[in-house]
Amino acid sequence: MPTGYSANDLVLLLPEIVLTTGLLVVLVADLFTGRSRQHWLGWLTIGVLVATAVPIVALSGHATTAARGLLAVDGFGAFFKLLFVLAAAITVLISRQYLEVEQARPGEYYFLVLCATLGMMVMAAGIDLITLFIGLETMAVSFYVLTGFLRPNRRSNEAAIKYFVLGAFSLGILLYGMSLVYGLSGTTRLREVAVALATQSDSLALKLAVVLVAAGMAFKIAAVPFHMWAPDVYEGAPTPITAFLSVGSKAASFAMLLRLLLEGLPAMAPEWRGLFYVLAVLSMTVGNIAAITQGNVKRMLAYSSIAHAGYILIGIVTATPRGVTAMLVYLMIYAFMQMGAFGVLALLRRRDVVGDELKDLSGLFFRRPLAAFAMLVFMLSLGGIPPTAGFMGKFWLFSAAIEAGYVWLAVIGVLNSAISLYYYVRVVVFMWMREELESASVHPSPGVAVALTVAVAATIIIGVYPAPLFELAEASAKTLGMAPRVLSLR
Amino acid sequence: MNNAAHFPLLSLILFTPLAGAILLLFVNKRSENAIRWIANIFAAAGFLASLPLWFWYDTKSPAWQFVEKLPWIPSIGAQYFLGVDGFSVLLILLTTMMGVIAVLSSWTAITTRVKEYYVFLLVLQTGMIGAFVSLDFLLFFLFWEVMLVPMYFLIGIWGSDRRLYSAIKFFLYTLAGSVVMLLGILAIYFSYHTMTGVWTFDVTEFQRFNLDRNLQWWVFLAFFLGFAIKVPMFPFHTWLPDAHTDAPTAGSVILAAVLLKMGTYGFIRFSLPILPDASREFVPMIAVLSIIGIVYGALVAMAQRDWKRLVAYSSVSHMALVMLGMFALNPAGLKGSIIQQLNHGISTGALFLIVGIVYERRHTRMISEYTGLSSVMPVYAAVFMFMMLSSIGLPGLNGFVGEFLILQGVFVVSKAWAAVAATGIVLGAAYMLWLYQRTMFGTVENPKNEKLPDLNLREVATFVPLMIMALWIGLYPKPFLDFLDTSVGAVVARVSPQYSGQAVTKQADCPENVAVNKFVLAGCETPAAAPAAPPPPGNVQPAPGSTPPPATPLKTTGGQ
Repeated sequence: MPTGYSANDLVLLLPEIVLTTGLLVVLVADLFTGRSRQHWLGWLTIGVLVATAVPIVALSGHATTAARGLLAVDGFGAFFKLLFVLAAAITVLISRQYLEVEQARPGEYYFLVLCATLGMMVMAAGIDLITLFIGLETMAVSFYVLTGFLRPNRRSNEAAIKYFVLGAFSLGILLYGMSLVYGLSGTTRLREVAVALATQSDSLALKLAVVLVAAGMAFKIAAVPFHMWAPDVYEGAPTPITAFLSVGSKAASFAMLLRLLLEGLPAMAPEWRGLFYVLAVLSMTVGNIAAITQGNVKRMLAYSSIAHAGYILIGIVTATPRGVTAMLVYLMIYAFMQMGAFGVLALLRRRDVVGDELKDLSGLFFRRPLAAFAMLVFMLSLGGIPPTAGFMGKFWLFSAAIEAGYVWLAVIGVLNSAISLYYYVRVVVFMWMREELESASVHPSPGVAVALTVAVAATIIIGVYPAPLFELAEASAKTLGMAPRVLSLR
Repeated sequence: MNNAAHFPLLSLILFTPLAGAILLLFVNKRSENAIRWIANIFAAAGFLASLPLWFWYDTKSPAWQFVEKLPWIPSIGAQYFLGVDGFSVLLILLTTMMGVIAVLSSWTAITTRVKEYYVFLLVLQTGMIGAFVSLDFLLFFLFWEVMLVPMYFLIGIWGSDRRLYSAIKFFLYTLAGSVVMLLGILAIYFSYHTMTGVWTFDVTEFQRFNLDRNLQWWVFLAFFLGFAIKVPMFPFHTWLPDAHTDAPTAGSVILAAVLLKMGTYGFIRFSLPILPDASREFVPMIAVLSIIGIVYGALVAMAQRDWKRLVAYSSVSHMALVMLGMFALNPAGLKGSIIQQLNHGISTGALFLIVGIVYERRHTRMISEYTGLSSVMPVYAAVFMFMMLSSIGLPGLNGFVGEFLILQGVFVVSKAWAAVAATGIVLGAAYMLWLYQRTMFGTVENPKNEKLPDLNLREVATFVPLMIMALWIGLYPKPFLDFLDTSVGAVVARVSPQYSGQAVTKQADCPENVAVNKFVLAGCETPAAAPAAPPPPGNVQPAPGSTPPPATPLKTTGGQ
């Protein structure tokens, strides 16, 4: 085990270093930009994200550790880092117009988005309990602030408080679980934890630790029964932040969960398999059924994202290479479709219209056919109808379940995805088959247009020709330390 | 000759309608006539592109023809794999022909949101053709699901009364069935990999592969749910009357003529050859459900006051007969089942057009609103008469050939089933004749009907091809039956090998003369009557794992 930092670390940590430098530049630049030039900050942020993506791609072929074994530099981490950068970029693109309407000052906003991204990157790369926790905390704190970013807005404030209180609570639980793991294994390095705990899987304290870690993470991914915060927070937060929260935070938490379980606790696989089986079934079912009754699209998408957490958990339950690949595939696809759907909602925000009630979508097709088409694609994709990407994602998840022998889990999953179509299609009904309420037109800014075009194109292209994404995800999943060992446990 | 110098004919047929839909997106939505012309031209081009199948398909060769194979998702073994046999050729031709008719029939019926209407119609066309040409299971499933969305919009936007309810019911019902089917596909996929170490969705490979008997049973149930809902079989038929009634005319025509065939196609292409053991075990269940469907559909149809609903329930009854013939699992039954699928497409499609024509003029579908139309619209009444007779199976028209073959096939298996099925056919004649009598005969009592215009040239043009087909199949079905020899032979070889070999060809040759010369028929039944009853589950058949029966060898485009 390396004992000190070397020059090589500087290379391996380049993505994080570039991003940290960039976010400081954005913070400083905010001070020196006049109010009229604020929109340059958005493009500067995009520039920082692009600059971060370059070293991520360059380093994606490595399979090593950096910073004295605190962070892994591997394909798995690179895959997620790219996902976060992408989600952050789309968030920034759809934010400007929204912030203008809300009359909010964007400076710290972009800074915080980048901070959250940094936290996520650490979560995906960390292979040490403390490192992972710091990453999680960095992301969470940024999101607490971002959720309440619309200071004059009561809903936004309420959401921030709720998110903060429940978030802090869940982090406490997680930390407690982690401390038990540390106590039982005597180390915080996940790969050493795995070795140390391999022989004591019968220990009651260890079982408790698994339960606590699972509960803490279930809060973050908004799995039932730890989902209560999600609808309120999603509804109250600024729409672009909701998008980033539901995609970035969820993906990062899943990455961290995979690191924790497969790298650190493979010996406890039977326990956490059963636990997440239950969580997956509950999340899918409760999320979908609750979503049916929602009249507010943001709340509906919140419940739908709970259901999606349930689908993705299937990958954890199987814990096979195919299952992990499926999770990667699904999370990437989910990023495009979910960000896209929120992008359309952000577009509908006007001075006098909140734009996130179902009726605000009425007749959208007649006003903005392209936006309505985009939303149609996202809804079908979320529901898993080919030839959209969502189908390919679900296909992977369910095939992983069947392969691993969890046939009933797959049956529950597909029936749920049929149920979910009911409320996704309802959005389509409002957009395409209702008369429009008022004729005020919304004009997408170039940023929103770019973001939506990218999201629609990706959703359709991945749906028709998914081979490159599948190969990338498969290669990335392979690099996750312990996956083969878990497989051998079966 | 048959593979025509490596020309990707199937892709051309598949993507012609889609190309039309994409082109339409760039046309100004106010130039409605331009949109109509473009849609009609592309539908016609799709039909013309499919005609070479009829001439170049080699009916003697048991190989898959016009095969196209490209890697699609190599990491999981999915391919862009297209190919046809005689069965799919006939269904593709039916689809492209009905596509032309549906598009043409919409010219004046659709006046709002014309552009989207044709876009959806053409996308639907591509989805349906795609399902018939795919030999990769994942690709098939993709097209199978793609069909749902345009059909949903067609019903939901241009439908009548309770269109939103009917549209979502159609959508969710079919979706629920097909997602379960997807799990069945995955089960085969993994089982195949366990046995052979190969990841593939290649249907032709699956058809040669003997799955574990227990797994077959479960997979059959999963497929059954997907296909039976689509057919629709009793008791999964409840979405159909709603969807049919509320859909616009062209939607109903496509739904009846092609979409319902997806279910029966699925049974014959996938369930029977891939799951032969389970198929035999499920014969009693399917036969009972089919018989209930035949009689129940006919009785309910008789009680309808809504003209379109009546035709919809007649569909339930006819499709149940198709299923019964298919699960006789012998060459006559299967051939009859396939011919009857074509017949149902032709006659029921035409009957929906017929309702659509008066609906367009009067905006009501109530049978009681119409009396004595034959005096105001003589040409219309004549066309209706022709199509009604075809639907009830008058000898000399198409319906008779299919029904005869089906009954012949079923009779061999069980005389009782055949007797009940025949009763259903009689009931079918009853409600159709009664409908005709109520609407066409008598005096015009409703003053609104006095000035109804008769069929115009465009409307006549939509019926002419259907009438020609009805006569052709009725009088000289040989070319159609020739198309089915090898593909039905392959299915029978898998599912009931005792009929294979000589029996197939001998028996298959007989029914061609059916309508021409009745005396030949007596001699025809003898070879078919040889195997007495359907094999009880699990004995007669070779156990899975023994030498697989000869299946269709694959002929790829390259090198042939």
